[in-house]
Amino acid sequence: MLSAATPTTTWYLVLAALLFAIGAVGVLVRRNPLVMFMCIELMLNAVNLSFVALAKRLGDIGGQTTVFFVMVVAAAEVVVGLGIIVSIMRRRPGATADDVAELKG
Amino acid sequence: MLELIWLIPALPLAGFLLILVFGRLLGEPKAGLLATAMVGASFLVTVAVFFDLLGRSAEERHHVETVFSWMPIGSLSIDMAFLADPLSITMALFVTGIGSLIHLYAVGYMHGDPKFSKFFLYLNLFVFSMLMLVMGENLLVTFLGWEGVGTCSYFLISFWHTRESAATAGKKAFVTNRVGDWGVMMGMFLAFGAAGTLSYEGINHAAENGAISGVTATAIALMLFVGACGKSAQLPLYIWLPDAMEGPTPVSALIHAATMVTAGVFLMTRVNPVIEIAYDWAPTIIAIVGVATALFAATIAVAQTDIKKVLAYSTVSQLGFMFLAVGSGAYVAAIFHMVTHAFFKALLFLGSGSVIHGMHHEQDMRRMGGLRLLMPVTALTFIVGWLAIAGVPPFAGFWSKDEILLYAFAKSPILYAVGLVTALLTAYYMTRQVIMVFFGEARWKDRSEEHGAHGDFHPHESPVTMLAPLVVLAGLSIVGGGLQLPFSKDLHFLEHWLEPVIEFGEADIKKTWAYDNKYLLLLVAVVVAAAGIAASVAVYAKKKMAPIEPTLLADGWRYDSSISRFMGGPGRKAFDGVAWADRTIVDGAVNGTGRLVQVAGEVLRKSQTGAVRNYAAAVGVGVVLLLLWFFLRGVVF
Repeated sequence: MLSAATPTTTWYLVLAALLFAIGAVGVLVRRNPLVMFMCIELMLNAVNLSFVALAKRLGDIGGQTTVFFVMVVAAAEVVVGLGIIVSIMRRRPGATADDVAELKG
Repeated sequence: MLELIWLIPALPLAGFLLILVFGRLLGEPKAGLLATAMVGASFLVTVAVFFDLLGRSAEERHHVETVFSWMPIGSLSIDMAFLADPLSITMALFVTGIGSLIHLYAVGYMHGDPKFSKFFLYLNLFVFSMLMLVMGENLLVTFLGWEGVGTCSYFLISFWHTRESAATAGKKAFVTNRVGDWGVMMGMFLAFGAAGTLSYEGINHAAENGAISGVTATAIALMLFVGACGKSAQLPLYIWLPDAMEGPTPVSALIHAATMVTAGVFLMTRVNPVIEIAYDWAPTIIAIVGVATALFAATIAVAQTDIKKVLAYSTVSQLGFMFLAVGSGAYVAAIFHMVTHAFFKALLFLGSGSVIHGMHHEQDMRRMGGLRLLMPVTALTFIVGWLAIAGVPPFAGFWSKDEILLYAFAKSPILYAVGLVTALLTAYYMTRQVIMVFFGEARWKDRSEEHGAHGDFHPHESPVTMLAPLVVLAGLSIVGGGLQLPFSKDLHFLEHWLEPVIEFGEADIKKTWAYDNKYLLLLVAVVVAAAGIAASVAVYAKKKMAPIEPTLLADGWRYDSSISRFMGGPGRKAFDGVAWADRTIVDGAVNGTGRLVQVAGEVLRKSQTGAVRNYAAAVGVGVVLLLLWFFLRGVVF
């Protein structure tokens, strides 16, 4: 019989770790820049989740405050990143992340 | 008044700057007169300072005026400071006094030269540098002036640089002086290491208190002496001075006779306490080098035919006398001879310049003769200079040379004997010069054809701007000996004046045989001078004997050509070897380092793929590894 399991902090941390891992693997294996971008967002939010969970557990508002900062920075980063991606796509339609290798030594 | 001593060097500096900006505008003769006025004003300030010092007691005759702090580095602080004490003011007096006379003379001598204002530009810069040298409160300010006069000397020797020989002579002087400058720098480093300061007061106090050991003092004294050998043209570094006669004659008179070349003697006198506590053989070396140079140069002067070369070698010889005095601990005599020598040698050089000017740039004495009738003033003043340098009483040179010989005798009779032979030769070759130039038959008559363009060849007397300095200097050469007469303690004016500066280093000869018999030595000196003159008259005027002028002497004992042969042969090879080592070893190390970096770069650039995902992977792996490391170290968890 399923007892009403009370979610503990550990659950949230495990979920955050899973989300982070999915995001990291996504960044490494996918080539589509947009998908890579979303994976990065996923990683950021995984971290946000762990911040909130730990803030709740430790009774410290600092963790929750930090999340706001992360969100603001992420929003700014999205603006810049999307701008770059759009301009690359305009110039070279269908380009993947591996095609953009001008910094090759 | 003493607060204004900075004006003494500042005035020639102002003259230099004014001529630098307005020189062309002023032109001839205003640029020259401006330069003369600046040095003259500087002389007046010096005279005022002199009387101020004279009015003080001996202990108070010392004033340091700091213009600004030059290099404050931690505990070391070097100030741009000037020192007014009897020694520096004595030097400044004759530098500015004779300097202004020579400036005035040059206004006439350089008449019509296309670079007229530039000449005075350099002359004023020279006087400024020389005043820095003599009035500097520490070794570094002196060194600044030391280098400044060297540079001006270079500029002025090669003033007529379109002439190959003048350009070469300038370079020779510059390079030879570098060797000496190395010595001065080593001396400075040693002095700073031992005394912790560069100021003369500090170094001399350290020497007097025994804070400097005998070894260090010996090293300092000898290193500074190396520098003095370069600047004051002593063996083995004298070779540049005879060649320096390529410069215009006022330059020879001012720089290469009266002032700059005495800088070495001045420096040795300045640090006399250091020499005093050095090992005994250090001053002996100085005395031996001095007397050897004196004799060596005098023998060469006997066979020279160029009117200025004779005077150049005689300058080397007289400077040798001054170093003999320094080495014998006779600092007063050294300064005394320096002053009288400045009078009569400047007079002789200016006189020779007047002759050259009147002879339309002829310098060969074999083509002169009989000029006393055509140039009466020049001849008369030149004869005064001749009597002074030959050591005929009561002219200035007699007293100063005799005082040096007295101290030399007290140190060692051998030094005295060599000095006496030199004095004999001095009287001989100077008489030879006077006879060849001013007496005998005129040997220039047959040169009229060469001067066809000018019409007849007529030697002529010089303008009054050139003669006035001659007359003043002749007067000084007559009475200059009055500074220091040997007869009574009350007549030792120079000694009393300089006492605060030299009392530590001055040798005491009161109990020697020489001192008891000084009148006998005076008599010997007179006899020797008379013998030299008589021999020369017999050879060159009466023609009773053929002149002894071997080419070996005319070539300066082949010293110069030996050096160039050595430097051209083995020296050149050695330098080629050094150049090879520089190319292969030093450059090789540098190039090898560059090559190594290049190769490493080639290998490492492969890691930069440019693919974002590779970088992301590297970051990911790095984070994992870091976490692992922290985990293993037990820093977290």
